Amino acid sequence: MEKAQDQMEKQQGCAKGTPDFFRKRRRTDLLFAACVLGLFVFSSALTGFSLADGISSIPRALVWMGQNLIPDEQALTRLPKVLSRLYETAMLSVAVTVLAAVLAFLFSLAGSKTTGRGRLFPRLVRIVAAFFRNVPDVVWSILLMFSFGQNILTGFFALFFTTFGLLTRAFIETVDEVSASCVEALTSTGASFFPIVFQGVIPSAMSGLMTWILYMIETNIRSSTLIGILTGTGIGYLFDLYYKRLEYPTASLVVLSIVVLVLLIETISNRVRRAIL
Amino acid sequence: MMNEAAGNGVFLGMDPARYLGKMEKSRKGSIRIKSKSRSNVTVRLVWIVLILLTVLAFATFRYKQIDLTEAVQSTFHNIGTVFFQPELTYDTFGGALYQLLITFCLGALSTGIGAAAALFLSLLCAKNMANSKVAAVVKGFVAVIRAVPTVLWVLIFAVSAGLGSVAAVIGLSFHSISYLTKCYAESIEEMEAGTIEALKASGANFWQIVFQAVWPATASYMVAWTFMRFEINFTNAVAMGAAAGAGGIGYNVFMAGSFYLDLHEMGFLTYMIVIAVILLETVSTKIKAKVK
Amino acid sequence: MPILELKHVSKIYGAGTKALEDVSFAVEEGEFVSVIGPSGAGKSTLLRCINRLVDATQGAVFFDGEDVTGLDKKGLRRVRTKTGMIFQHYNLVERLSVMENVLHGRLGQKGTLAGMIGHYSEEEKVEAFAILEKLGLAEQAYKRCDELSGGQKQRVGIARAIMQRPRLILCDEPIASLDPSSSKVIMDQLKEINQTMKITCILNLHQVDVAMQYSERIIGITAGHVVYDGPASRLDQETIHQIYQSRSGALITDRAERAV
Repeated sequence: MEKAQDQMEKQQGCAKGTPDFFRKRRRTDLLFAACVLGLFVFSSALTGFSLADGISSIPRALVWMGQNLIPDEQALTRLPKVLSRLYETAMLSVAVTVLAAVLAFLFSLAGSKTTGRGRLFPRLVRIVAAFFRNVPDVVWSILLMFSFGQNILTGFFALFFTTFGLLTRAFIETVDEVSASCVEALTSTGASFFPIVFQGVIPSAMSGLMTWILYMIETNIRSSTLIGILTGTGIGYLFDLYYKRLEYPTASLVVLSIVVLVLLIETISNRVRRAIL
Repeated sequence: MMNEAAGNGVFLGMDPARYLGKMEKSRKGSIRIKSKSRSNVTVRLVWIVLILLTVLAFATFRYKQIDLTEAVQSTFHNIGTVFFQPELTYDTFGGALYQLLITFCLGALSTGIGAAAALFLSLLCAKNMANSKVAAVVKGFVAVIRAVPTVLWVLIFAVSAGLGSVAAVIGLSFHSISYLTKCYAESIEEMEAGTIEALKASGANFWQIVFQAVWPATASYMVAWTFMRFEINFTNAVAMGAAAGAGGIGYNVFMAGSFYLDLHEMGFLTYMIVIAVILLETVSTKIKAKVK
Repeated sequence: MPILELKHVSKIYGAGTKALEDVSFAVEEGEFVSVIGPSGAGKSTLLRCINRLVDATQGAVFFDGEDVTGLDKKGLRRVRTKTGMIFQHYNLVERLSVMENVLHGRLGQKGTLAGMIGHYSEEEKVEAFAILEKLGLAEQAYKRCDELSGGQKQRVGIARAIMQRPRLILCDEPIASLDPSSSKVIMDQLKEINQTMKITCILNLHQVDVAMQYSERIIGITAGHVVYDGPASRLDQETIHQIYQSRSGALITDRAERAV
């Protein structure tokens, strides 16, 4: 009997000790939730967005898609044209990514802590990369439109600049992460900079670099659709054309072709990633 | 230098028959030094394919007729105008700031919706929570959503729901959902296996496990991922304003550049966007550092 | 003439932390010297000042009669080719084959282009194989280093150092990440290299018993100062406690002694 009472008291003691902790945690949780909710309500009011409209628009959109976004016979006659633009877009994103990756790798060697020289230069490289990464690709494409017009080079350079910025940051992180130990070891054998890079840094970082490159190719196909709409090139232009002419079945063929391409690239890159890790 | 003369002679003097048999020859007949791992072969193969595709790309692009040197020169001139002579004429600073806020709000709304939906979808496709069939279906669904470029989602919703913030937010949300579902599911899969098993053994049901173990254990990672997505959504909201007329500062950039043809104006707006993005990036990096 | 001589070497890191203060000693050709001391005493910095992976703030390091601290890039590379280094975490290029890692020992003696593409002569490859056979790794020659065990990785590290045909090998905690049996293999091999090839070895160790068992001479450092420099046989418990700044009975070695 006494024992039981003792235990009861003990439990109560524990219970007395814990609420403070729980109350504190619950309070921060509630505060966090309130902040998120407040931001949501504020943003909705400012932009005129209503969640109810948003949610109800989804089934309506699905119905509309079911009715209009089915390729018809007329759309299929345009398949060769769509495929030729799709090919152009795919090649564009591969070419952009490969060239940007080579340049970004050179910059990342200069910007990395392990391979960079001095303090000022790596910092400068990081600033340059941040600049190219953060200027939106739409700004680059509008800017390039002025001189290059409706040319594939407009899309090429617009994608190139942002890809370069993104990959430089990613590569610097990769090189920093993997190469410190082998750079030290190869330096101690008396090797000079380029042998160290080619025999040590590149083999160590390769799988990381490859993963980023494959990811960027996939991303660039989506981005080039956007840039195509703005600059009148590639697959984006074709979608915009049929969309504005209200030829939705053909526009849907364009969408489907993009989906197939992106999924294909995703599958390939997953396979490659599994093989090289 | 006596010791150098000895060099590795001690080892070379060893009976070569003991190791000659272990050497392998390469195709050219010299002694092979590389390993024949699948990884090495794959990397080399992928590089060869990528380089060939790049060469092919440049060979088959339709460049049309363009004076490259002149175009490059004028591009440099324009870049100078944009970045070194920014100036507002059509917009007021306050007005531009307001539009920046709108873009921020579009980003916040789509991140919020994306996060809320992903919170539940991720439970359905994390290997340690859902059965594999459901997981495969959800993963496939999410992959298809992601394969459609954001701008196309916005435009599709613009037709069916009318142009405006609804189309923009829902269109932007779609990618957030699929991105965050993938990230959240990965965080859940990285949880310690024992935690969920222990709760299951004690007879807890699905939602008890979710509330008592899964969400508390992964909350910090999820917050970090969500902020990263917010960064991306802000940039995307800028792009949607420009390419799909979704409002916000992106639309002003588009008008300045393509309608008024005023590069000074575009430069000023670009600086505002860049500063906003860098601020977001700093906040997100700090949160990431705190979480890890 | 000693092969290595440190004269009043000091190292102060950026924030003002003194890693080494006025360290002087000389090492004769063929010696096997262990440097012991608590973690953070400056052992790693000391080794790295010798081949200038870390630049000493003050003082001079003479290798084979030549002041290393004043050398230009080219001279420094020449000195580095003559000093091999072995690391606690092996520092191999894990994704390359064992053979490639061993041959990396020759990179310092190659032209830039040959080094970049990893072109080695047949004689060099045979030599690498001979070294691997001697260290019992010839079967592993074509494996990637990330497939090896810790002890095997460290033996690749030793092979790489020998491939340099060095006159001096610096070992930075060579057995700190290894289990006892692999540790013994590594220490035996280092000792054998020292005796059969007359390569001078300087080791950082934090296992006092290992240091006393293998080396004739021990240097003890504490907080950047040399507090003991003499034969292993004269290193008594009191000195060990002075090096580790510990009270009697607080060290594992104490128990070992009691057991004996």
